[in-house]
Amino acid sequence: MNKFETWLLDRTKVANSHTLAVYKQLGGYHALAKVLTGAKPMTPAEVINEMKLSEIRGRGGAGFPTGMKWTFMPDPVKDPRPRYLAINADESEPGTCKDRVLMEKDPHGLVEGALIACYAMRAQAAYIYVRGEYRLSYQRVQAAIDEARAAGLVGKNILGTDFSCEVHMHKGAGAYICGEETGLMESLEGKRGHPRPKPPFPAAFGLWGQPTTVNNVETIFNVPFIVLRGGAWHASIGTKGSKGNFLCGISGHVEKPGVYELPFGVTAREIVEQVAGGVWKGRKCKAWFPGGSSCAMVKGEDLDVVLDHDSLKTKGSSLGTAAMIIFDDQTSIARVMEIIARFYDHESCGQCSQCREGTQWLSQIFHRIATGHGQEDDVATIESLAKGMAPGKTICALSDAAAIPTLSAVRLFKDELLECVRQKRDPIPYPRVEYAGAH
Amino acid sequence: MALPEKLVREFDELVKKYPEKRAGLIPALHRCQEELGGWISPQTLEDLASYFGLEPVEVYGVASFYPMFRLKPAGKHVVSVCHNISCELRGATQLMEHVCKVTGAKPYGTSADGKFTVWPVECQGACANAPMFDLDGVYHEDLTPEKAEKILGGLR
Ligand SMILES: Cc1cc2nc3c(=O)[nH]c(=O)nc-3n(C[C@H](O)[C@H](O)[C@H](O)COP(=O)(O)O)c2cc1C
Ligand code: SF4
Ligand code: FES
Repeated sequence: MNKFETWLLDRTKVANSHTLAVYKQLGGYHALAKVLTGAKPMTPAEVINEMKLSEIRGRGGAGFPTGMKWTFMPDPVKDPRPRYLAINADESEPGTCKDRVLMEKDPHGLVEGALIACYAMRAQAAYIYVRGEYRLSYQRVQAAIDEARAAGLVGKNILGTDFSCEVHMHKGAGAYICGEETGLMESLEGKRGHPRPKPPFPAAFGLWGQPTTVNNVETIFNVPFIVLRGGAWHASIGTKGSKGNFLCGISGHVEKPGVYELPFGVTAREIVEQVAGGVWKGRKCKAWFPGGSSCAMVKGEDLDVVLDHDSLKTKGSSLGTAAMIIFDDQTSIARVMEIIARFYDHESCGQCSQCREGTQWLSQIFHRIATGHGQEDDVATIESLAKGMAPGKTICALSDAAAIPTLSAVRLFKDELLECVRQKRDPIPYPRVEYAGAH
Repeated sequence: MALPEKLVREFDELVKKYPEKRAGLIPALHRCQEELGGWISPQTLEDLASYFGLEPVEVYGVASFYPMFRLKPAGKHVVSVCHNISCELRGATQLMEHVCKVTGAKPYGTSADGKFTVWPVECQGACANAPMFDLDGVYHEDLTPEKAEKILGGLR
C-alpha cells in the first residue's frame, strides 16, 4: 500500500484531543472562521459548491452525494420556514463502530462541521441524535458544545457575525430503526421510531414538518476539511465515484480489529493483511461483509476487490458503512445467518407486513437450520421469503437490509446450508447457550 | 405522586431545546430510569404523561418501543452482553456463559439475590473491541472470561 494523506483520525492521536484548547492548537475552528470572517467570507452557496466539487458521498450507509443532498433544501426566500440539520449518530449497524471514535476523541470537529453545514443550508439548529448507549460520546460532544458556546462559537452572533446557530444533543434509546433517517426524526420528536413513507422527503417535510437534512457523523466531520482545503483537493483523492478517505471499522476474525482511516482505492486484502494483521490464527478468510451486516456477503477468495462504491458492485455487494466483518474458514454460515436474522427480526418496527413477518420467519428458519431441525425445503423457503421482502417493497430499507445478506448466503453457501438440513446438525462445531429471545 | 422537583426543573430546561415539548420525552424517560429506581414504573409513566400533556398509554407506547427502557424492576447491577455478530465471532457465547455463572443470573433474568440482571443486547458499536458488555452504563471491551470475572466478582 502506498503512503497516503490522513486527516480524519489525526487529532484523535493527540492527548486531550476532546478539549477546545487542544482542538484550537491543532487548527480547530479555522474553517468556521474562513467561512464567516475570512478575508473573503464564503456565502452559503459557495460552501455548498465546495461540497459538490469534493464529490463526497454520505458515510451513513447509503452513499448519497452530500453536496447534492444539501441543494434539496428549499430556497429560504421562497420558503422561510425554520429548518434543521439532524446528525445521525445512531450507529447501530452491526460491525459499525467508527462515529463513536470521532465523537469521543474529536467532538469539536463534529461541532465545527455542524455549524458550517447549518450555515450552508441556513438551518437554525443542528440536533445530534446519539444512540443512548453511547454515554461517553454524548458527554464529550455536549461538553464540546458547552465550551464552544462559552467561546462565542455556538449560539447567537457567532464570531461576532449575524450568523446564529444552536447545536443540541439528543439521546436515543437503543433501536436500530432510529438510524433510518425518517425513523430518526419520529424518534427525535418523542415518538416510536416508525419510519415515514417517502415522499415527502426530509428536505420538504422533516423534523416537526420543516425542511431538514439528515447526515451521518463522519460526513459532517469532513466538512471543515473540505472548506479549508477546497473541494478539488478532496476530489483528487480516491477512485471514480468514491472520493476522499473513509473510516473502516474491521471486526471479527482478524489479528488487529480496529477503526482505521484509509483512502478509497485500497483493496480489501490490503486492509485485512496489511492493516488488520491478517486473518487470525493463520487461518483463511471464508467470507466477509464489506460494510455491516446489511450488505451482501462476499467470498474469501474475492478479497482483491477495491473497497469502494462501484467496485463492490462487481462482487454483488456494496460499501454500506465500510464496516468489514471477517469470517475465518471455521465459521458456520448457518450460525452467522441465525444471528443476523435474529437481529433484523428484533429491530423491525412492524409497520410493513413483508418486513414484520419476513424477518420473523427468516429468524425462525435460520435458527432451526443452525440447530439441526431444518426441514427439507427450508433453504428454498428462505430464498423465496427474502425475495418477497425486497427490493423497495416496504416503507424503509430495513426489509432490504434483512433480505440482502440472506440472499447472498444462499447464493454463496447453499450447499453448506443444505448440508446442515441433511445431516440434522451443523457440521461445523461452535458453542451455544440456548435462551429464548425477549423482544 | 408527582415527579421530584429536581427532575421537573431539569425537564423545564430540557424542553427548551425543542420547538415542541414532546421531543423531550425520550431524554426524560432516560433521566427517570436513572433517578427513580432503574426502571420505568407505572407511576413514572403517569407522572411523565401529566408533565408532557399525554395519555399514560402514549408514554407506555413510546417507552415499550425502546429496548433501553425497562418496564420491570431490574437487579442492582445490569450487565448487557452483546450477542451480535462481531462479538459472537470472538467469544460472546463463552462470555455470556461465564457472566451467567459469575452472577447467578440467566439471560434476560435476575439473580436470586437481586444483585444482577443479565441482558443479551444487539450490537453496541464496540465491534472492533469484541466481545463486550455494558455494566451499569459503562462499556467493558476486549473481554475474556477472566477479565469479566474480575470486573463482576468485585461486585459480588
Ligand atoms: C435500517 C436503517 C438503519 C440506518 N442506520 C443508520 C445509522 O445508524 N447511522 C447513519 O448515519 N445512517 C443510518 N442509516 C442511513 C440513513 O437513513 C441515512 O441515509 C443517513 O444517515 C444519511 O446520512 P449521509 O448522507 O451522511 O450518509 C440507516 C438506514 C436504514 C435503512
Ligand atoms: S421496512 Fe420494516 S422497519 Fe422499515 S418501516 Fe417497514 S416494518 Fe418498519
Ligand atoms: S457486535 Fe458486539 S458491539 Fe458490535
